[in-house]
Amino acid sequence: MPRVPSLRSRWARAAAGLAVVASALTGCGSGGQGGPVALNWYNFPDDSGALQQAADRCGQQSGGRYTIHYNKLPRGADGQRQQLVRRMAAHDADVDILGLDVTWPAEFAEAGWIREWTGAMRERATADTLDAAVRTATWRGRLYAVPYNSNTQLLWYRDDLVDAPPGTWAEMLAKAEELARAGKPHYVEIQGAQYEGLTVWFNTLVTSAGGSILTPDAQAPALGAPAVTAATVMHDLATSAAADPSLPNQMEDQNRLAMESGTAAFEINYPFVYPSMKANQPKLFPHFRWAPYPAVTPDRPASVTIGGIDLAVGAYSRHADLAFEATLCLRDRDNQLTNALKGGLPPSLRSLYQAAELTQSYPFAADVLTALDSASIRPQTPAYQNVSIAISHTLSPPADIHPDKDVADLRGQIQDALGSKGLIP
Amino acid sequence: MTPPTGARDAAAPAPAVHTPAGRSRGARQERRLGLLLCAPAVIVMLAVTAYPIGYALYLSLQRYDLRFPEQAHWVGLANYGAVLTSNFWWQALGVTVLITAVSVAVELVLGLALALVMHRAVFGRGTVRTAVLVPYGIVTVVAAYSWQYAWTPGTGYLAALLPEGSAPLTEQWPAIGLIILAEVWKTTPFMALLLLAGLALVPDETVRAAMVDGATFGQRLRLVILPLMKPAILVALLFRTLDAFRIFDNIYVLTGGSNGTGSVSILGYDNLFTALNLGIGSAISVLIFGCVALIALVFVKLFGAATPGAEPEHR
Repeated sequence: MPRVPSLRSRWARAAAGLAVVASALTGCGSGGQGGPVALNWYNFPDDSGALQQAADRCGQQSGGRYTIHYNKLPRGADGQRQQLVRRMAAHDADVDILGLDVTWPAEFAEAGWIREWTGAMRERATADTLDAAVRTATWRGRLYAVPYNSNTQLLWYRDDLVDAPPGTWAEMLAKAEELARAGKPHYVEIQGAQYEGLTVWFNTLVTSAGGSILTPDAQAPALGAPAVTAATVMHDLATSAAADPSLPNQMEDQNRLAMESGTAAFEINYPFVYPSMKANQPKLFPHFRWAPYPAVTPDRPASVTIGGIDLAVGAYSRHADLAFEATLCLRDRDNQLTNALKGGLPPSLRSLYQAAELTQSYPFAADVLTALDSASIRPQTPAYQNVSIAISHTLSPPADIHPDKDVADLRGQIQDALGSKGLIP
Repeated sequence: MTPPTGARDAAAPAPAVHTPAGRSRGARQERRLGLLLCAPAVIVMLAVTAYPIGYALYLSLQRYDLRFPEQAHWVGLANYGAVLTSNFWWQALGVTVLITAVSVAVELVLGLALALVMHRAVFGRGTVRTAVLVPYGIVTVVAAYSWQYAWTPGTGYLAALLPEGSAPLTEQWPAIGLIILAEVWKTTPFMALLLLAGLALVPDETVRAAMVDGATFGQRLRLVILPLMKPAILVALLFRTLDAFRIFDNIYVLTGGSNGTGSVSILGYDNLFTALNLGIGSAISVLIFGCVALIALVFVKLFGAATPGAEPEHR
């Protein structure tokens, strides 16, 4: 019997502990006693600390009007979209600022989940901002988000294997075959897995060949001859000696690892591979060079797909005015510079590309800016997700592409996707 | 196996009280009490199962996009038409049936072998049973991730055993094989446990008598042990078939359903949560529910598997 009182007191202590936790939790959520308003920012998970630093800095600069709570979304883009969609579909009033992938603003705007930027706020949001980035945040002529970071791919190569970077896909494949015959590292690393990266590859090739996936009004598929050319380039790579055996399963990070392990001669990837190579492979790093994305035809430079994040203000936010202001602060020059240096994400402000701090750690800044100035954007439509899935499913694995037949297939599937008809695979 | 008397009385009038007088008072009151006692459980079950199922049925008859709720409208059976005429559905159903059939068959054989070993283990019985149960104790997603890393070139020790450059998870047939392997590894212990319980029901004397009559091990297994275990085997098969048909987590982690490895559950998930198409997604869910009901019906009616809680003589 002596155990009973001790057990009871343990329960009592546990209950008291719970009460403390509960009061701390509710105290965190309300903030209604005249203190600063707590704004909730949902964005991709950042391990560098740059985003948290920006949130803290803006909170301090607001003069006690607001604080920003940085909520990390899941790591994968699909997971991020699912969480945001569920919150917005449930009219979550605690979502003040949303970090949207550049392909989502059309969908969120059409659903009425994000607010339009107008007047002076719009002026401030677009000043000095890359044109292609602003276009990703625009839907039916209205601005619904403000570009946060931008991103684009370059061609990375090893100058101990390749004297001069290839200008076109045909040149690159020829060079890879030559290296293969000489028994040297020769793979071309690119995103061939069945996911968004494959859609990005296809989109870049189609626009580089002078075409587009959708018609300008985004009501129907365009495709045509440029799409067949693009599918042919993908198929040619996948069936040549240049193809990494893991191509049908490769995403950006597997490409980076393969290049760092020394089996590849070329890599199409985002700039994050540069600091990574520096840190992981100091021996290969001196030979790690970059060049513009290879062209599809010699007479037309590539038009590379833009990536990045746009920040939007939630439609159900109770503090929209403050949220607009906080959003502008989060993407101001200082915070974008920190994000670029610490987080490795290229900024969306044009003038930053000339800043000495940036060019020191981004020696390729000028090339990135050139690529962004001629960048293409992915199809803008609320049904983007379905369109993208149709593309990545039809063109996967790249070695099994039948250019004419698959592009014809794709036309039907994109038509269905635009009409939100039928199933997605 | 028989439920405690109180519970049986609550479910149905006990066979003993069949005189009209006894039925009019005692039994009726007892019955009322029984109904009252199970009412809370019934209400909870209705709230957590019947309502969602009914709502899914209702949604499946609508064109309903999560993004545009105000545009939702009634479309009758059009969603079912769209699903049943889609190649994606039949392909996913084919994959699901294949995974279910192969994995359950392999599990039955392995599970039976394990059950016999556990039943006959002379020493270290506890250790053997614990060791066999380990895979079942590991969270499916965690196990699936270890399989995924193991089979990915560059990070995996199993991929390293394969010829240079093979990435089994990226090709349809190898990937389906690996999904089945992960599923078998994971759930064989469950099968073995259910079969072990059945094995415990086989009277030792019967087996010994057969042995005295000169039956070989094979004959004893085929003619004595398995027929006596039949109810346990059928229940184990029913549970595992229903489970395997709804496979989701292993595929989600191992391949994400790419390259033609998606099951019907993956298809439903993608249409609900990626395409945000509640109508089509619900139609797929209802069809999966129908398939599962059909499987259960076949097992109960054709093979005479006991429904849980049924009296032995009703079989």
